[in-house]
Amino acid sequence: MTQSNTSAVDYNFDVVRQFTVMTVIWGIVGTLVGVLIAAQLIWPALNFDTPWLTYSRLRPLHTNAVIFAFGTSALFATSYYVVQRTCQARLFGGKLAAFTFWGWQAVIVAAIISLPLGYTSSKEYAELEWPIDILITIVWVSYAIVFFGTLIKRKVSHIYVANWFFGGFIVTVAVLHLGNSMAIPVSGMKAYSIYPGAIDAMMQWWYGHNAVGFLLTAGFLGMMYYFVPKQAERPVYSYRLSIVHFWALVSLYIWAGPHHLHYTALPDWAQSVGMVMSIVLFLPSWGGMINGIMTLSGAWHKLRHDPILRFLIVSLSFYGMSTFEGPMMAIKSVNALSHYTDWTVGHVHSGALGWVAMVSIGAMYHLIPVLFNQGRMYSIRLINIHFWMHTAGIVLYIVAMWISGVMQGLMWRAVNSDGTLTYSFVESLTASYPFYFMRFLGGVLVVAGFILMAYNMFKTIGAKDNSLKPVEVA
Amino acid sequence: MSSFWNIWVWVLSLGTLVGCFFLLRMCLKNFAGVEEGESMGHTFDGIEELNNPLPKWWSTFFLLTIVWAFGYIALYGLGNWTGLLGWKSSNQGILNIAESKAKTLEYLEKDSGVLVQYDREMAAAEAKYGPIFAAYAQRSIEDLASAKNVEIDFDTKGELTAEQSDLLQAKEALKVGQRLFIQNCAQCHGSDAHGTTGFPNLADKDWLYGGTPEAIKHTVMEGRIATGMMAWESALGGDQGVKEVAAYVISLSGRSIDPELAKAGKAKFAMCAACHGPNGEGSLAMGTPMGAPNLSDNIWLYGGSKRAVEESIRNGRAGIMPPWKDILGEEKVHVISAYVYSLSQD
Repeated sequence: MTQSNTSAVDYNFDVVRQFTVMTVIWGIVGTLVGVLIAAQLIWPALNFDTPWLTYSRLRPLHTNAVIFAFGTSALFATSYYVVQRTCQARLFGGKLAAFTFWGWQAVIVAAIISLPLGYTSSKEYAELEWPIDILITIVWVSYAIVFFGTLIKRKVSHIYVANWFFGGFIVTVAVLHLGNSMAIPVSGMKAYSIYPGAIDAMMQWWYGHNAVGFLLTAGFLGMMYYFVPKQAERPVYSYRLSIVHFWALVSLYIWAGPHHLHYTALPDWAQSVGMVMSIVLFLPSWGGMINGIMTLSGAWHKLRHDPILRFLIVSLSFYGMSTFEGPMMAIKSVNALSHYTDWTVGHVHSGALGWVAMVSIGAMYHLIPVLFNQGRMYSIRLINIHFWMHTAGIVLYIVAMWISGVMQGLMWRAVNSDGTLTYSFVESLTASYPFYFMRFLGGVLVVAGFILMAYNMFKTIGAKDNSLKPVEVA
Repeated sequence: MSSFWNIWVWVLSLGTLVGCFFLLRMCLKNFAGVEEGESMGHTFDGIEELNNPLPKWWSTFFLLTIVWAFGYIALYGLGNWTGLLGWKSSNQGILNIAESKAKTLEYLEKDSGVLVQYDREMAAAEAKYGPIFAAYAQRSIEDLASAKNVEIDFDTKGELTAEQSDLLQAKEALKVGQRLFIQNCAQCHGSDAHGTTGFPNLADKDWLYGGTPEAIKHTVMEGRIATGMMAWESALGGDQGVKEVAAYVISLSGRSIDPELAKAGKAKFAMCAACHGPNGEGSLAMGTPMGAPNLSDNIWLYGGSKRAVEESIRNGRAGIMPPWKDILGEEKVHVISAYVYSLSQD
């Protein structure tokens, strides 16, 4: 993890540095909003009777902040870094790359202002109103030009697997965003979807599930394929596995959306196909995990000393766990229990905090010293503390949501001998409070970990060039 | 779905599964041109890739899921085809309950092999729980409600007497009614049936449409629409008129208020008397259950503060109680009505 090769090609690391720093900042902001709304579920008075601070407005702010501010900034940073390093070429597009940074930050700021003010399209993960959607489109097309432009001018013959995933993610997110955001504006900040009823719901979850599949999975697999072998200093386990799991993953994921609409007005066959494809998707998803974890063969001992590698490998374990859980929850009869409960929330967070956040944090700890001319992070010990705080936070979070989710599902379906429901909805809510508190504690640990990370990052950036020497491991 | 889109769906979804099969088959063979386990020979920023074979358990499991996928689609259908099981979750595309029920009968009569899961589950529930509610419905609402405060003396050994088992049944009916109330009515009327702003308290003996068993049951079965309270500001000659009438209305329940203002309001109250009665005692006191509340009992559906009363007069109020007969059916409504009726019985 030294900055070899920088002399050979004049890489554009400015934009990578900008996105890297903002990843950490947005990580704090996004999770902090999450902890606030988790607290509101226990202590509703925490909205201070202010419309801008109500759960309904802050919840989309939380999801937008973690997915599009934190997660997507991490993807911008790593894809720009990885595509240059693995193509041996400077980033294409010159100032266009800088535009993607400032443009994307403008999107985030617009979200931070418009969502609390109550502007929303009401589509989950696509709440931003139409003028912001247009800005997203412009930035995203610029991103595609920069990324694929760099691929085209690469100095190596093959395209590295990480770039397949980054490329697939960029193209598909563009298609999803354009498809789902089609709307007719009626005023400066209001537009109505062009799709009617069940079709609108299908479009929404085609988008929604592929935001998970392509942004939060394919994109981060791209990240994984560079930073895991790099940090472990081992070759990628299987080239053939990467081919089969890449193509199967991208062609199956796009079908999985209808499993969000089981037992609704969506035609039965569409629900069935959504379920079938979600289950066939299970093994291709695990292909990525196997390829990542097996890359460590012969280097397992490194986990003992290297908390960055620990972040990366544990992220793959959470990835494997949630990509097993996902297909199970897509089965209609399981979904009948899990749907609309906290189980879904727990599942999303084992993916978001376990997979997405951990692989990003690992990649950032690898990247920061390289970008700011240091041999290592300011404090390895703090990385280790962060690792344990984050891991403990996730475990608290998802265990709490599993218990409360399954409990809610069982309470809602419990029936007396006369056919009436055993519990009223409010009883299931009251029973959930202890687990809401447990989840809140988990969230606090995650935020505290991010703050530690920011401190470590600024100390590393602030240190004199090359003053932090790599640790020699025997 | 037109046959074009039907074919489109078939080709794309089955094509994806077939494609996955061939992809897997291709990668099971070593096509890479280097020995298995060796490096592919290209490096990216120092990263090499090995040509390891796919894990056996992984590729087997993947193949099995693809085979299963075809089986599932064969059983449950695709596009316009309902599959070998003829399974449907519900009568999708039919927009009302009557047509849906007719459709189900049609499937049964034609012995079409179509199996509607919703109907099947509902029929099973009906067979299991129907007799319980049918038995409750045999008894009048007063009869059921009269069990409210009666204790059953279980001292007798052996079987219950006929009287005791009747009592027990009525008590159970009230409990069932309460559960149905909590699940269906509490969202508006509160889990203690004490109501909230805009939704009447059902336990205070103050009724809008009547508190007899028949009136209660009618309200639940058919619903009520109260749109009679219109916006009165312009008819009352503006803001001053609203304030005067509000003052008079508040004075009706004996609360202290500017007497001059109330006096001026009394003159204008004639307009209100058509529905609320000459003394403001509500439409029920006049024998017409049209839902105009009693204004003289200090019970306020939309709030009794000066501001709230003025707001009601100025902009009007509208309330809707939805009809429940199609959702719950008469027998369940009967039991709920008995529970609601029992709330105002001592």
